[in-house]
Amino acid sequence: MQISARHSDRTTIFDVTGDIDLANSPEIRKALLREVREKRTPRVVMNLSNVRYIDSSGVASLVEGLKASRDLNLRFILFGLSPSAREVLQLSRLLKIFEVYDNEDQALSS
Amino acid sequence: MRQRDTTGVSLPSNDGFLLKLELLSDPKLLFVVRGALERLTEVFGFSPPDRRSVTRAVDEALTNIMRHCYDGRTDQPIELCCSRVPPRTPEQANGLEILLCDQGPAIDPAKLRGRRLDEIKPGGLGLHFIRQSMDTVEYRRVGTINQFRLVKYLQPSTQSQTP
Repeated sequence: MQISARHSDRTTIFDVTGDIDLANSPEIRKALLREVREKRTPRVVMNLSNVRYIDSSGVASLVEGLKASRDLNLRFILFGLSPSAREVLQLSRLLKIFEVYDNEDQALSS
Repeated sequence: MRQRDTTGVSLPSNDGFLLKLELLSDPKLLFVVRGALERLTEVFGFSPPDRRSVTRAVDEALTNIMRHCYDGRTDQPIELCCSRVPPRTPEQANGLEILLCDQGPAIDPAKLRGRRLDEIKPGGLGLHFIRQSMDTVEYRRVGTINQFRLVKYLQPSTQSQTP
């Protein structure tokens, strides 16, 4: 798994590549919470277009990012969900809780 | 994901045994096991959503073993054994049974229920994913071994795809 960040116009986009599972979800969590709690970036966007699989620990990291953002009145957005990623969010009844878009253009124009 | 051509791939017809993996409790190996399960479920004849379900359930069960049974230690043994099992009723199709064994301390069955989903909070989702994904989820203690048994049955309409 690789994660990199792009910064523009009060927005940070995290580009994630690879599977998110127990081996690397702490890295995702750390990056997200730093961006939200320490930097207080107004809009944090997760590009999951190249993430084929997310396990429950990955979902937990995304939920932590969402909750931290809500606590600070910031926005937390996901886009590019694979079928598997969409399924786990549906199974955990979180798909409607997150702000989800199909692609980056939609996410940034929202 | 690219579809593989499994035409002509046939599973052995013996006592049902298909695959056995022995691995250490290192999260870096989850990726490897997922790869094996994705291929096995494909050859077994599951639909793409059911392949993802079975792979997800096994991945989450292994994650639970690594986190809770072995408390994060990465050098402990886990055994995964996959077999074909007969249908439970004449109307059903064959199933894929996955037995996961570890040597961690015994588990309180009360902790295997999973949490309610009406609260938005991180954690506790793994068991829910497993129960949602599989037809049978059982735990038993056999001597000093924790044994998790997961079974997923083929949908009757996909039975013909099974070699």
